[in-house]
Amino acid sequence: MRFITEFRSSKLASGLLSQIRLRSRTPARLMEFCGGHTVAIFKHGIRQMLPSTLEMVSGPGCPVCVTANADIDRAIALSQVPGVIIVTFGDMLKIPGSRSSLQEAKAGGADVRMVYSTLDAVKIASENTDKSVVFLGIGFETTAPTVAASVIQAMQEGIDNYYVLSLHKLCPPVIRAILDSGEVRLNGLVCPGHVSAIIGSYPWEVIAREYHIPCVISGFEPVDILQCVSMLVDQIERGEAKVEIAYRRGVRPEGNPEAIKLMEKVFEPAPARWRGMGELPASGLKLRREYRQFDAELAFDIATEPAQEPEGCICGEILRGTKVPRDCSLFAGICTPEHPVGPCMVSSEGSCSAHYLYGGDLAG
Amino acid sequence: MCLAIPALIKSVDGMEAEVEIGGISRRISLQLTPEARVGDYAIVHTGYAISIMDQKEAEETLRILDEMAHLVEESG
Ligand code: SF4
Repeated sequence: MRFITEFRSSKLASGLLSQIRLRSRTPARLMEFCGGHTVAIFKHGIRQMLPSTLEMVSGPGCPVCVTANADIDRAIALSQVPGVIIVTFGDMLKIPGSRSSLQEAKAGGADVRMVYSTLDAVKIASENTDKSVVFLGIGFETTAPTVAASVIQAMQEGIDNYYVLSLHKLCPPVIRAILDSGEVRLNGLVCPGHVSAIIGSYPWEVIAREYHIPCVISGFEPVDILQCVSMLVDQIERGEAKVEIAYRRGVRPEGNPEAIKLMEKVFEPAPARWRGMGELPASGLKLRREYRQFDAELAFDIATEPAQEPEGCICGEILRGTKVPRDCSLFAGICTPEHPVGPCMVSSEGSCSAHYLYGGDLAG
Repeated sequence: MCLAIPALIKSVDGMEAEVEIGGISRRISLQLTPEARVGDYAIVHTGYAISIMDQKEAEETLRILDEMAHLVEESG
């Protein structure tokens, strides 16, 4: 496939690897933020290929994993409200909340539907005018503009039974929180490609400058990731800390202005709860006043019991990069993709699932 | 979750387009990329084109990486 196959070339990959091995002298720890990168890194065995000077750790870039249990509980509570249809992306269904999951709620008779796109969510609303259709808005800046587009579409078409429970999260604030905590020493950031396709490279510039950390925006194929690592190594060896785009075919410095405009029209920054990190200011999105008729938060009175974390699960620490899956006593024995205990094993982009499926636990 | 794949735009109809992903035709929204044209490769995420592939940049990246691979080969 065009734009994919070329970036899987083993010739280009080995050229980049030689370059990395030749130049990397300083021991450095790089964090890949995005869950998509985590999966690609494990699938292609990239960690094992890198010289011993380089260590890679996964960050909090799996939107499903970072959704706090309290918010999953609220989604489940909403599914119990008579006349409510919950619409969501597939990954959310199996995530265990404090007491059950959406999938269990569905098995118990709740109307929970999986969609591929918010376009389908609006369609469900227009076809079920006697019901209230609540879309679970999870995802980062990549997804938020598509949810904003659905709200505007509903408004234009006069659909008044469509609601969004906005659990969106923003990437730069959580990266800051990780750097501020100082829990993990990081020497370089593999910045998310598709988030940056929307927000561009400018938001990372402030971070590179303030924390003096090299930031390189990467695509998702093995050659993309190796190119990104090679650029990070060059910066580290030269003592630089700037933002570079390795994924130039997909990311422009200004991002996608049209998508940013739409996202900012519908949403405004708000505090958000992150699994493992608690509430972070201005790290989420809520619907603006002008669109409050679509806000599930205001339309429904959602009461839940206090949230509980799955016993023994250390997803929170894994998401902060302070622990790895094999540090968890449940990993691979009790907790597997077939019988997941925590979200990092449920989600296909979770660290525990990637370690389990691709044997990353052996290589660290 | 930010998974997005390049897809060839085969026809454009207002704010929608017909694309081909792995041999299968699909309708996507161009709400976020009104500049999209037939023949472009859209980066598709949950039914929306979130960006248009820059073909020139892709070729340039490949050219630079190819040159580097040759250099490494020669010196190694
Ligand atoms: S292995 Fe399972 S229980 Fe342990 S941290 Fe990962 S998801 Fe949680």
